[in-house]
Amino acid sequence: MALSDDLRDLYQQVILDHSKSPRNHGQLTCDCVHVHGDNPSCGDEIDVYVKFSDDGSIADIKFDGQGCAISQASASMMTVKVKGSSRTKVNTLMQDFRSTVMGEGSIQDEDALGELQLLEGVQKFPQRVKCAMLGWRALEQAIQQAEEAKC
Amino acid sequence: MRIVVLGKTSPMIDLSHLRADFPILHQQVHGEPLVYFDNAASSQKPRAVIQELTRYYEQDNANVHRGLHELSNRATDTFEAARKKVARFIGAANTHEVIFTRGTTESINLVANVWANQYLKAGDVILYTGMEHHSNLVPWQLAAKRSGAVVKHIPVLDDGTLDLSLLDSLLTEQVKIFTCVHVSNSLGTINPVRELCAKARALGITTLVDGAQAVGHLPVNVQEIGCDFYAFSGHKMCAPTGIGGLWGRAEKLAAMQPWHGGGEMIEVVTLETSSYKAAPARFEAGTPDIAGVIGLGAAVDYLEKVGIDTIHQHGRELTAYALQCMAELPGIHILGPQSERGALVAFHLACAHPHDLVEFANTHGLALRGGHHCTQPLMKRFKVPGTSRASFYFYNTTAEVDRMMDILHRAVKFFS
Repeated sequence: MALSDDLRDLYQQVILDHSKSPRNHGQLTCDCVHVHGDNPSCGDEIDVYVKFSDDGSIADIKFDGQGCAISQASASMMTVKVKGSSRTKVNTLMQDFRSTVMGEGSIQDEDALGELQLLEGVQKFPQRVKCAMLGWRALEQAIQQAEEAKC
Repeated sequence: MRIVVLGKTSPMIDLSHLRADFPILHQQVHGEPLVYFDNAASSQKPRAVIQELTRYYEQDNANVHRGLHELSNRATDTFEAARKKVARFIGAANTHEVIFTRGTTESINLVANVWANQYLKAGDVILYTGMEHHSNLVPWQLAAKRSGAVVKHIPVLDDGTLDLSLLDSLLTEQVKIFTCVHVSNSLGTINPVRELCAKARALGITTLVDGAQAVGHLPVNVQEIGCDFYAFSGHKMCAPTGIGGLWGRAEKLAAMQPWHGGGEMIEVVTLETSSYKAAPARFEAGTPDIAGVIGLGAAVDYLEKVGIDTIHQHGRELTAYALQCMAELPGIHILGPQSERGALVAFHLACAHPHDLVEFANTHGLALRGGHHCTQPLMKRFKVPGTSRASFYFYNTTAEVDRMMDILHRAVKFFS
């Protein structure tokens, strides 16, 4: 069945694994930016903690929260990818990830996306795009806050 | 009515022959037969209702109450006949006590605006319960903001019933209005509205019951309940969307100012001032949802033909059967009372978030609801992000529950 295949694409083993054993799970207590994100209509919640280096790269990142497998797995995979990355790299990654789950726009750096490409199954489930984007929206806000603090 | 004997329970009412009356049920969804278990969100419509809408538009369509021509007379007759049917169906003493609205939400808002603006003042207490739908919380919170009244609630116990041990301390003379859901859409709890309203009335407190999940599902008699207002929706009882009603005790309605101004609710209008008709017209400004009302009348006819006691009994039996089957699922947490409850089961599976589970079910043709069900405070109370919910109506069968179980078992395997 075609849709069953779509469902398997949506919930691939790697995604289910990240949702059950999220990486970088928890809180950062030291000098960091904390952003709370939620999807009020479905009750998904996420807290992202980011520690930036002086050059703007992400020195450390953690998240916690509650929500569906997609929102939690996407946030977990995000933290793995962005930890240690420069601001430019993170910006490209954010754009490419958005293009991946929305199924529109071009991908600038496919290699950098790596296993995040597994989340492209979300394209077939438009209502779940906001789940996949939840952690990323919080990260985007954290970066904005860090930039505003600098000014 | 046929009786089937099941292995797990005593003989059950089988209404599966009525499925032929519901065209929508006979379709494949994602390659599998549709199992529609989202009836608490909205019920399906029998052909009799759909055809009545077509008949009205093809033969009688005209504005009501103000025309002197044949079509308008016919439309008015059918429209007012529907009011009579609804009044009888909910046990109203008087047909004029039934006001047509867009549904439960608008009915509650009518009272929370008109009645509340007239009677609530700073320091008064609005008492509701911890299991109310947002539509019976937000209008009162808005009314409290306008008037300076305060909101209080009766908490919910772990078993999904109200903590009535606190009733005497909460239901005091400071309370001006007490409002309570008849059947909880998130827990299935059937509240003792009759006893609660009697207690409130003895203290002179005005009462409103949210009957969205009750009318058309179990016998409702507003006089026996003894409330002052009773709100309900048509679309959860086989009628079209966008139509519902508010029953109000005649003397309460007579003392209430209009809400919306416009045509039909007035007696005399001058350039300076106006005088208003009595209820129900006073609260039905503008051209009403004529087709919706006529469809609601047809829905009442249909439900009465099936029999409200039969529908109620079928719901109880099917829910008991589902509860028995679902208890076997590993890691399941079922919310709400174990025994007497409405025809729905809300649950949480340890292995899967409700949205993942509902997505999985959908790909197998099973329509469940997942989320907070517009009862966020209740989800917080039970410390769950949301629940999955299977809600039944009389056209659902034990075979469908069996199919749901098969799908849920597969989901457990998939997500574990």
